[in-house]
Amino acid sequence: MPKITVNNKEIEFENGMTVLQACELAGAEIPRFCYHERLSIAGNCRMCLVEMEKSSKPIASCAMPATEGMKIKTNTEKVEKARKGVMEFLLANHPLDCPVCDQGGECDLQDQSLYYGFDKSRFKENKRKVKDKYMGPLIKTIMTRCIHCTRCVRFATEVAGVTEIGAIGRGENMEITTFLEKSMESELSANVIDLCPVGALTSKPYAFEARPWELKKTETIDVMDAVGSNIRVDTYGWEVKRVLPRLNEEINEEWISDKTRYACDGLLKQRIDKPFKRENGKLIECSWDEALNIVGSKIKETDKNQIGFHAGDMLSMETINSLKEFAKKLSIPNYEFREKPFYLNSDNKMNYIFNSSIKGIEESDCIVLIGTNPRHEATMLNARIRKAFVAKKIPIISFGDPGDLTYDYTNAGNSTEDIKKLLNKENETSKILLNSKKPIIIIGESALELKSAKFILQGIKKFLKENNFINENWNAFNVLLQNASSVGAIDLGFFEKDNSFNFFNKLKNNEFKLLYFIGSDNLDFIKSNEFIIYQGSHGDRMAQIADVILPSPAYTEQNGLFINLEGRLQKSNKSTYPPGSSKEDWKIFNLILNNLEEDEKFKNFVELRTDTISKIKNHTDFDLLPKKTIQDLKFESGSLINEPIYMNEIDYYFSNSIARSSKTMSDCRAARSKKLNKITGS
Amino acid sequence: MSVKKVYDKQPDTFEFTKENLVLAENILNKYPKERKKSAVMPLLYLAQNQNDNWIPLAALKYIGKFLSMPYINVYEIATFYSMYNLSPVGKYFVQVCTTTPCLLRGANEIVKACQKKISKNENTISENGMCSWTEVECLGACVNAPMMQVNRDYYEDLSKNNIEKILDSFMQDDPIKPGSFRNRKSSAPENNKINGNGINNA
Repeated sequence: MPKITVNNKEIEFENGMTVLQACELAGAEIPRFCYHERLSIAGNCRMCLVEMEKSSKPIASCAMPATEGMKIKTNTEKVEKARKGVMEFLLANHPLDCPVCDQGGECDLQDQSLYYGFDKSRFKENKRKVKDKYMGPLIKTIMTRCIHCTRCVRFATEVAGVTEIGAIGRGENMEITTFLEKSMESELSANVIDLCPVGALTSKPYAFEARPWELKKTETIDVMDAVGSNIRVDTYGWEVKRVLPRLNEEINEEWISDKTRYACDGLLKQRIDKPFKRENGKLIECSWDEALNIVGSKIKETDKNQIGFHAGDMLSMETINSLKEFAKKLSIPNYEFREKPFYLNSDNKMNYIFNSSIKGIEESDCIVLIGTNPRHEATMLNARIRKAFVAKKIPIISFGDPGDLTYDYTNAGNSTEDIKKLLNKENETSKILLNSKKPIIIIGESALELKSAKFILQGIKKFLKENNFINENWNAFNVLLQNASSVGAIDLGFFEKDNSFNFFNKLKNNEFKLLYFIGSDNLDFIKSNEFIIYQGSHGDRMAQIADVILPSPAYTEQNGLFINLEGRLQKSNKSTYPPGSSKEDWKIFNLILNNLEEDEKFKNFVELRTDTISKIKNHTDFDLLPKKTIQDLKFESGSLINEPIYMNEIDYYFSNSIARSSKTMSDCRAARSKKLNKITGS
Repeated sequence: MSVKKVYDKQPDTFEFTKENLVLAENILNKYPKERKKSAVMPLLYLAQNQNDNWIPLAALKYIGKFLSMPYINVYEIATFYSMYNLSPVGKYFVQVCTTTPCLLRGANEIVKACQKKISKNENTISENGMCSWTEVECLGACVNAPMMQVNRDYYEDLSKNNIEKILDSFMQDDPIKPGSFRNRKSSAPENNKINGNGINNA
């Protein structure tokens, strides 16, 4: 490996590194504004100046490739003077409004001016004033503060894949804006707030809410989709003030989706904080004892076959486990976690997880999407696909029409016949696939809902195995599930394993007498005479038709385990306490059991968690991928019906009860639909 | 100078005329197919020529679609270069050079004359709709300073004695002949003075 000398210390570095990276490797910290590891190099802030031997001028280390034998100095007087000069220029036009700036306390410019700032201003001229721009309901702009680092422009173009932010004008008069000040049409747009090194782009919903040092920070897991992005929840007292991404190279890198970030104001609204019962058609408050008595007597008097349990999209594994044990104790056979009847095969863990892993997408050289819209179903995963696309221009092929995915793809047909052609190696796609070394096939829930779902899933699996795309080193077979609770619920067996969809038929024909919804709000269901118990955190769709409501905490308010779509087990931590008299889900089940004079299965949370972990298939450890089980693969055959691959419409900003309660999300949804209407002219 | 103002009364649509469409295709042919974005600058210029010397937003979008590139990138380019106008200009668009050599030779007087004759502020069309003026950076004719560009012609060796007459001619839609106003042949020395190489005014 080549060597470089930084401050008289000789270190080895990897080829292709920049001087800045080599300096970091040597432990010399370099101040910077425009440089960012995950974005292209711009070299326009000049803050990272260092001294290089044989160069009369200091060099911008972020843009200079490191070469063998370079001698770099980062701590000389010349470097210090140069950086101070740069800082003085940056501050020349920067307003001194730190006391009223939301970035205060976590501002790169503020921090670095502590070391390189001049103690007084020599700039006698008038400061530049820039008009603020509209960038949608999430991003608040105070453009006078902008230092023209263009991180936001590069992020939008490179990572988000929407070239909508740009720099207009030039020189001192350069301004950052979107074309005609439209809102940015991306699910990743709010990441520019984190990227902005100054307070030019700040968070609109969080404006003037709190200072960073006042907040309690809890590291936890997101449950808005099945990706399981790593997040940090910042709370002030009871309120969740904001959600920020946490670095995890395996899952979300350092980005999160707008829904993950901004659905959190839904945690403050529409909350169920007390038990309710329905009397004369109206929901009225009642005590826990009263509510439990009603639930107990109803369960007692109803035929067990006519009771149905449905688990929601954001439940932790502990909740589902305790619920299943609860159902077992009461010998209730009807339980389900799916929101729509889609085909599932849980014989092998491989059949329902994303086997290639999210990070593995970057290695792939061909991606085939079958009935999935990753942009809306798993935004962070889509960002990885785009990353692979941008880096290597890999072919991406879709069966079914998902619309704009932020990268180019070819549509290989919208019917199941086209998939058959693929399996019979009769079309162009199969050629591309067979010529690739590390392909990825992603089967989405829309495909699994088809009548030919079994044919597709098993057929693809067989095809991949036969062509050696499922081996020890690479597994090309992937299923993309949409909900945070899905993989966990499948591991725990909380569904009907025979794929006969009895639960859904009974639900549709109103054959249940008693329905118990636990955090479940997305079911397509029309009530007739059922008695409905709703247990959850938000007064959403199901709570409105419920006869008894039991309050339980939301995902930020209780500890829990979640398995993401890759099968990675992650811990979600309690960051705040639930409002009112909410009780944790497993405790509620215990209370009901007590009411029915049955023994409780789990005495405490530790017991519950230990039992839950013991039930996880192929369990390795926290934050790791599950064991591979490609040896004992079974293949079944399914029947093929020629039918169109219809893509499920996802109301992205309104996909769960928390998001539906969030004002920010409804603003985003309104902004998006306004834009859509303009395009279609309706 | 600040970021160019976008005109508030925009036409709804813009399309190249038949002749310009042929020209546009010719321009496109100069670049490799996968790099057709490179044609954005000549196309913007073409659009500006077609539309009375200014580019409406509809044209930016039209060119964006024409070259399948994001609108914001076309917009960035149109705002970056000073020779693209995003608001209407007068029939005679006066660009006064105010960079150092011209300034030293009295460009201020030219600006003052423009303010007096055309409009008080730059980038504002005169009351009779004939002229508008703006200050620009060096136009590369420093030898004939001070100078100004009117549409495609250079008016050079100006002075406060003749500038008002020249501007009046534009205001009356009867433009005076361009060139040096001290009777110099392009940038050659005046009055048959011998240049550095000992050659007579060639």
